[in-house]
Amino acid sequence: MTPVLEIAHITKRFDGKTVLDDVSLTIDKGEIKVIIGPSGAGKSTFLQSINFLVKPDSGTIHLNGLPVNPKDKKALYGYRQQVGMIFQDFNLFDHLTARANVEIGLVRVRGMKKAEARKRAEAELDRVGLSEHMKKYPAELSGGQKQRVSIARALAMDPQVMLLDEPTSALDPELIGEVHAVISGLGKAGMTMIIATHQIGFARALASEIVFMERGRILEQGSPQKLLSPDCTTRAREFCSQILDANGEDR
Amino acid sequence: MEELVYLQTQVMPALLRGVRVSILLIIPSASAGVLLGVLAGTVRVYAPAPFRWLAGAYTLTFRGFPLIIQLYIWYFGLPRLGIYLSPFVASVLGFSLCSGAYQSEYIRGALLSIRQGQIRAAQALGFTRLQTIASVILPQAFRRALPGCGNEIIYLIKYSSLAYMVTCIELTGEGKILASASFKYIEVFSVVGAVYLVLVTAASWALSRIEGYLSLPGFETHKG
Repeated sequence: MTPVLEIAHITKRFDGKTVLDDVSLTIDKGEIKVIIGPSGAGKSTFLQSINFLVKPDSGTIHLNGLPVNPKDKKALYGYRQQVGMIFQDFNLFDHLTARANVEIGLVRVRGMKKAEARKRAEAELDRVGLSEHMKKYPAELSGGQKQRVSIARALAMDPQVMLLDEPTSALDPELIGEVHAVISGLGKAGMTMIIATHQIGFARALASEIVFMERGRILEQGSPQKLLSPDCTTRAREFCSQILDANGEDR
Repeated sequence: MEELVYLQTQVMPALLRGVRVSILLIIPSASAGVLLGVLAGTVRVYAPAPFRWLAGAYTLTFRGFPLIIQLYIWYFGLPRLGIYLSPFVASVLGFSLCSGAYQSEYIRGALLSIRQGQIRAAQALGFTRLQTIASVILPQAFRRALPGCGNEIIYLIKYSSLAYMVTCIELTGEGKILASASFKYIEVFSVVGAVYLVLVTAASWALSRIEGYLSLPGFETHKG
């Protein structure tokens, strides 16, 4: 089976500092890869270079076996539609209602008719449990609600794969659960996802594979069992213990 | 009694004529100024380098030259090149270009205040650069720029009085003619000044209506 995404040998330097050092990752349909690692490890830059919001210095990306050429603008815009992106700080369009946030991509990018787009937007918002808040503006929504709108906005584009860049890091603790529930639901429905997170418990429960990054490289990669069970001596395990100790989180 | 007759037969008709010309000068100049400002401001932030320089040079020149000099060039200078503009057209041209240069600064400031994340989100959905600017950035930036743009329109109402220097007889021009003939400078110019005050008040009211109409949660014009 052809992998959905095949990311090979991505390298990125900022001002002479190597942020991504030959990073490769392959993801099959329905897989959920969770990237963990300390701040500054390059998780976010890696996710953003997958859809070329950050232009990698070298490396290649194949979607369903076909190479992506970021220099071809039209191909790039088409590719980005297939790759949904969720940001740490939501990035909803502040001047549009929740519903219009979901509609705008359908109308502007996919050329859908306004009425059809509206129906689709309402269905997606319903799916993330926000039908009552469709007409609210981002300023009137809680962080958790905003993140769910942004997930609905990405889903409406029918992506082949979703990239989630620390989707709950900017949320108050009591709001994290509602967003995790939506993401878990997506996973159960078979969505292919790459998620960067500091939420270890969530990572362990959801991941088909844990990817541990540090200093711009992937150091360890394997099932949650293999990397995170209490008796292993992996670097990932050590890192997680530090987080869990600091949080007092239940192991 | 004599005063009243003078006011009724001389001052009122002249000032009404003048106000009409002033309004005819202000409305197209203000509109064109906003359009030019949006265009030049956007180019200065988002266009490739040569266009950015060009728009920068426009702003520098038209903010740098005194407006009266610009009007002299359009009206008295262009005929030398075989281009004859009517006083009215020369005035509207001068006001629009000058106002656009100032407006572009308000727009540029507002564009720069839009968070990078808004642009990234649009890009991630597959928006082209132009779509991102037109449907995500400008609608937000314009709301943020509105108080400044309104301010420039208020200025424009008053510097429209320079039109009479290139023989476009608007409100101030009519006032000058009346006052010179009667030597009633205080009376005439007090009335002329008050008429500008009324125009400015009406414009402020209209602008705040527009601000209210465009106001959204997160883009309120008054913070409570």
